[in-house]
Amino acid sequence: MTAVAEQIGNWLEQFTQQEPAEPWLQKLRDSAFARFTELGFPTTRDEEWRYTNVAPIARANFVGQAPGLPSNVPVASLPEIDREHLGRYAPQNAFVALNTAFLRDIAFVRVARGTVVVQPIEINHVVSGQAGSLPHAHPRTLIVVAPGAQCTIVETYKGTGHYFTNAVTEIVAGDGAVIDHYKIERESPEAFHIATMQVSLGRSANFTTHNISLGGALVRNDIGATLSEGAEATVNGLYLVNGTQHVDNHTVIDHAKPHGSSHELYKGILDGHASAVFNGRIIVRKDAQKTDSKQTNKNLVLSDDAVIDTKPELQIFADDVRCTHGATIGQLDAESLFYLQSRGIGKAQARSLLTQAFAQDIIDRIKIPELRNQLEKVLSEKFHEHGNY
Amino acid sequence: MALLEIKDLHATVGDREILKGIDLTVEAGEVHAIMGPNGSGKSTLAQVLAGRELYHVTGGQVTYDGKDLLALSPEDRAREGIFLAFQYPVEIPGVSNMYFLKAALNTIRKHRNLPELDAMDFLERIREKMTAMNMDQTLLNRPVNAGFSGGEKKRNEIFQMAVLEPRLAILDETDSGLDIDALKLVAAGVNAMRSAERAMIVVTHYQRLLSEIVPDYVHVLADGRIVKSGGKELALELEAGGYAALGIQEEAEAVGKA
Repeated sequence: MTAVAEQIGNWLEQFTQQEPAEPWLQKLRDSAFARFTELGFPTTRDEEWRYTNVAPIARANFVGQAPGLPSNVPVASLPEIDREHLGRYAPQNAFVALNTAFLRDIAFVRVARGTVVVQPIEINHVVSGQAGSLPHAHPRTLIVVAPGAQCTIVETYKGTGHYFTNAVTEIVAGDGAVIDHYKIERESPEAFHIATMQVSLGRSANFTTHNISLGGALVRNDIGATLSEGAEATVNGLYLVNGTQHVDNHTVIDHAKPHGSSHELYKGILDGHASAVFNGRIIVRKDAQKTDSKQTNKNLVLSDDAVIDTKPELQIFADDVRCTHGATIGQLDAESLFYLQSRGIGKAQARSLLTQAFAQDIIDRIKIPELRNQLEKVLSEKFHEHGNY
Repeated sequence: MALLEIKDLHATVGDREILKGIDLTVEAGEVHAIMGPNGSGKSTLAQVLAGRELYHVTGGQVTYDGKDLLALSPEDRAREGIFLAFQYPVEIPGVSNMYFLKAALNTIRKHRNLPELDAMDFLERIREKMTAMNMDQTLLNRPVNAGFSGGEKKRNEIFQMAVLEPRLAILDETDSGLDIDALKLVAAGVNAMRSAERAMIVVTHYQRLLSEIVPDYVHVLADGRIVKSGGKELALELEAGGYAALGIQEEAEAVGKA
């Protein structure tokens, strides 16, 4: 058997071990699995995966699907009207296909027309990888926010030991809907984490997301947003990598209609032998006149061995638009360090203070005070523990 | 024993020599003014004493309170009681003034075997000093120097000095960019700190600061060397005759501003 056939063979075994589902769901799984076998795992020869090698995932022998959230609903019980949303938005890549092939239950949120949900809705995914087993989890989230409705969503991913999380989140924002979304990735140091999120924004809908990547050995986030007329998307992110961690953030903002605006700010802190990728694609379709789009990626590189690849990709087909982008890669400012030291603050503390200040810019934008405090605490512990972060 | 003793100090930045043999002795309780045209090495001397790594000391010795100052890290110098009021205080977005100053004070207190202060005690302690410097309480929650006016930055430096209570304060062109009211306020803050245990080195280009902070000694620095020393009347001589009266060409020196 070839290596590829062998990889797929392992997954076939896992796939066929599943309990059979209702016909409509089984059909969805079957076609997704067929798609997965056809595509296989991407390699670094694929432009989209040039800097992220998923061979460690492709070669691993995963055993057993991790249990879903107790609060999840079986996909089979999803109202017929919402089934049509499943898989309609997410791009049809190998990982999304694999997620759908293992579709069993789902974190499902529906906010009725005009309803304002004040309390943040928290979705917590936890996987525990036991010694000797290598579980795979395929968290699926569907969020349907009807026209004029508002809600706040916090997705958190955590776990222990070795495992593979392959998450797919689809968000549908009706006309004028307002969604404040957060994704906090705090996977175990050994975990593989692949996450795809696709957002469809109706007319004048407003979507904000903050994507915080702190854990995991190998992490890839794909975020896509499609904007209708007058829609607004804010896509911010913070990634902290150390040791041999690798985090890849790919975003695609697709301005399909006029008068849309998007703001994107990703900040990264890299230390040790870690590596990170930021690839931000902005598409402005021919119809999307008066689009206003801004993209910024800033990186703080604290060691000689850390690597960052950052790339803006602007595809503009309209002529009356404003699109700006910028990327910076830098080190801690020597003058600021000296200023702090000259007041008695030790070099290590001065470095962590300035590093934290760099991250604080993103943390300050988080609107949920409890989440902000929690993250500040996590970051300060992280900087403290490494000392020379 | 002198608090500070500088002997034949040489320093370079890149491959350019800026300090070409400085000798200076400062006793506790004294205020020394260092004057000189732009590029004479005044600011370099101040930064070298505070431990800025940008400058390389290529020769000479500096003894502070009996210790080899040049062997100490910048933070250890601060903990031992050296304070540099910066000519250009650095803006640090994302770090609040309050957090910064409390961290600084507590590190220094720890070094002096004093108990660390909690937020309440810290606020209590600094309130009066803020008022004295005519500083608004809201400055505490703002990031360090970020968005401060030139005058606010200079006042913040003197305020920090008042809080950290150094044994040797080095004021690097603290008067530059200040209007006369701000200058009087800053000078009053400095004068309030004069004591028998504390020494000060006041670096300035102009005499006007020295009518407010009256020095015990005045030294004239030119081309990396102290070319003349005297009492407070030397500053007045300079004011009347300019550096040219001492045979110092200002224009030529200005090229080498560090």
